Amino acid sequence: MAVIHNPDPSDSKQRGVTRLFYDARIRSIFIQAITLALVLGFLGWLTLNTMTNLAARNLSAGFDFLDVSAGFGIGFTLIPYQESDTYLRVFFVGIMNTLLVAAVSIVLATVFGLIVGLARLSNNWIIATLSRSYIELIRNTPLLLQIIAWFFGVFVLLPRPRQSVELGEAFFLNNRGFYMPAAVPEPGFGVVTATFLACIVGTIALAIWARRRRDRTGRHFPAFFTGFGAIIVLPLGVHLALGSPLGWELPELKGLNFTGGVSVPPSFCALIVALSAYTSCFIAEIVRSGIQSVSKGQLEAAGALNLPANWTLRRVVLPQALRVIIPPLISQYLNVTKNSSLAIAIGFPDLVSVWMNTSLNQSGRAIPIVAMTMAFYCLVSISVSLVMNYYNARAQIKER
Amino acid sequence: METVKERGVLNCQVGLPTPGFYALAEDGTWSGMDVDLCRAVSAAIFGDPDQVEYQSVTSAVRFTSLANAESDMLSRTTTWTAVRDTQLGLDFTTVNFYDGQGFLVPADSGITSALELDGGVICVLTGTTTELNLADYFRANGMSFTPVTNENVNVLVETYLGGGCDAYTNDKSGLAARRSAFPDPNGHTLLPETVSKEPLGPVVRQGDDAWANLVRWVVFGIINAEELGVSSENVDEMTSSADPNIARLLGSEGNIGEGLGVSPTFMVDVIKAVGNYGEIYEKHIGENTPIGIPREGTLNALWTEGGIIYAPPFR
Repeated sequence: MAVIHNPDPSDSKQRGVTRLFYDARIRSIFIQAITLALVLGFLGWLTLNTMTNLAARNLSAGFDFLDVSAGFGIGFTLIPYQESDTYLRVFFVGIMNTLLVAAVSIVLATVFGLIVGLARLSNNWIIATLSRSYIELIRNTPLLLQIIAWFFGVFVLLPRPRQSVELGEAFFLNNRGFYMPAAVPEPGFGVVTATFLACIVGTIALAIWARRRRDRTGRHFPAFFTGFGAIIVLPLGVHLALGSPLGWELPELKGLNFTGGVSVPPSFCALIVALSAYTSCFIAEIVRSGIQSVSKGQLEAAGALNLPANWTLRRVVLPQALRVIIPPLISQYLNVTKNSSLAIAIGFPDLVSVWMNTSLNQSGRAIPIVAMTMAFYCLVSISVSLVMNYYNARAQIKER
Repeated sequence: METVKERGVLNCQVGLPTPGFYALAEDGTWSGMDVDLCRAVSAAIFGDPDQVEYQSVTSAVRFTSLANAESDMLSRTTTWTAVRDTQLGLDFTTVNFYDGQGFLVPADSGITSALELDGGVICVLTGTTTELNLADYFRANGMSFTPVTNENVNVLVETYLGGGCDAYTNDKSGLAARRSAFPDPNGHTLLPETVSKEPLGPVVRQGDDAWANLVRWVVFGIINAEELGVSSENVDEMTSSADPNIARLLGSEGNIGEGLGVSPTFMVDVIKAVGNYGEIYEKHIGENTPIGIPREGTLNALWTEGGIIYAPPFR
């Protein structure tokens, strides 16, 4: 006869609660709910506290100042700006300048970093030692110091406008900046641009076709070089055939300074040189470590298959090295973007300088301005990070 | 006020060292016209002018620092404007120096008027009224310019001296003060144009009226002292003066100090410590100093001598 245990109702209830307590899933939901409540509560308290204190100190908050005319001049702008424009416009001027610095520095740092990193692996003792000294010297001194040194040590000491360093009467370098001819498109230049864009699209299509054909037939077609050649030669041909429909506006000395053409201030030059040099050292080391991470056996295997040298590099070494190179490279790109804010030390009008310094001071709206600046850097960093992570995911080993 | 008394020290904010107004000596002591105002307020509260903690802050963060109560008062060539007075949680007490913006150019540039600066590169301190006036002036005259900005006045002056800009613009007193410290002061010319009004004076945080009163009346006190002929040298004899105006100022009669929350004889301490307005002016920026800003015939002369330095009576 089976003994039927008749559970006491209160005992069952208690066991229910206990069971809830020991159930990992419920416990974790409970803990997460508490954490979320604490975080939200903290943020709410922070906002309330800030608002109370701002009111207590008679400080105005809010974003209404954005349509007020800023009233100050900016030394270098990519988008048209004049003193009567609004603070919001200043924000965009700052963003464009910051992005320009970041983009130019990233390109230059990557090119230099690649060259120096490869030179570091050279069998030639002089080249290897030179690149190693360059890396050790530049990456072991603070970036701010380098920016200031380039600015005061080089670009401010350049000759005055009347004694500019000239390069073929088109490029001028003096202590007010670097002056270049500006391209002025004339009628017909649109055709050249269209040809150029068509060649890029064509090259991408060609590359896809070449890969499919290789997968199908095993035959190789040099899509990269064909496309690259086409992108350069075809638009150039069209350009010449149409009688060069592109005018050049040369900078010329008028009054106190040069006018016309395109120019960048000395602070921009100093910033770009310092940022690119500094970051290139880190990129060089990343490239070196990536290439050295490819085991020697892979090279020997490629040799055994009698692959040509450039195939060994492009199809064997690089795909494996990139897996090691890309993650730290993402960090470096993010660093450049954030380091560009050091521009304030030499007065280049980047976002931090014109927005978080000048505008903050002239308008007195600290909280909205700092919040907008942080949001911008956050957004840019996250975007760069997402794009590079997507590329990284594609470059990783596919077996897993 | 109570906070300052309890702390025993006045937190007085000045700017980055500038000759004449807030100069830093090699032994770390501060001196200058604006520094003397900090000392005067300290003397009024504690009877001792040296109970001051000087805070040297860039112009870009000066108001934030004051609004956050890091400084008790700000005494540093700061221009009184409507926006600053009404939107930044600040209270401008009074004016102790009337200034105007000018341009400094290298003498060998051959420029003799600000109107010749069209297309020029101008060095300007960021976050200042100067930066706004500069833009206004060029706009009003239909001229163009490229600003070179920095928040650190010393970096900016180095850039100007290195030839990085055609002209350096600031309040004229500031330009004269800077020029006195140049390696070659005569190699630089102050252009004749004055492009703005710059009433400079001490600033306090909004919402503490008693404190604002004290700072305001210390300034009025030293101006009245000059008008009445009371100086640091004769202040002791003057305490027994028969002139009721002097007696009220020095606290031998009446109790003006009580309303301000300080001792009745606070002006005696102040004048002993720093002197009257004229003494302070001549000591730091007058014609016998390297800065050499003449006072006679300018706005900064006493109202009795054709200027507009004028204080309400001690009554």
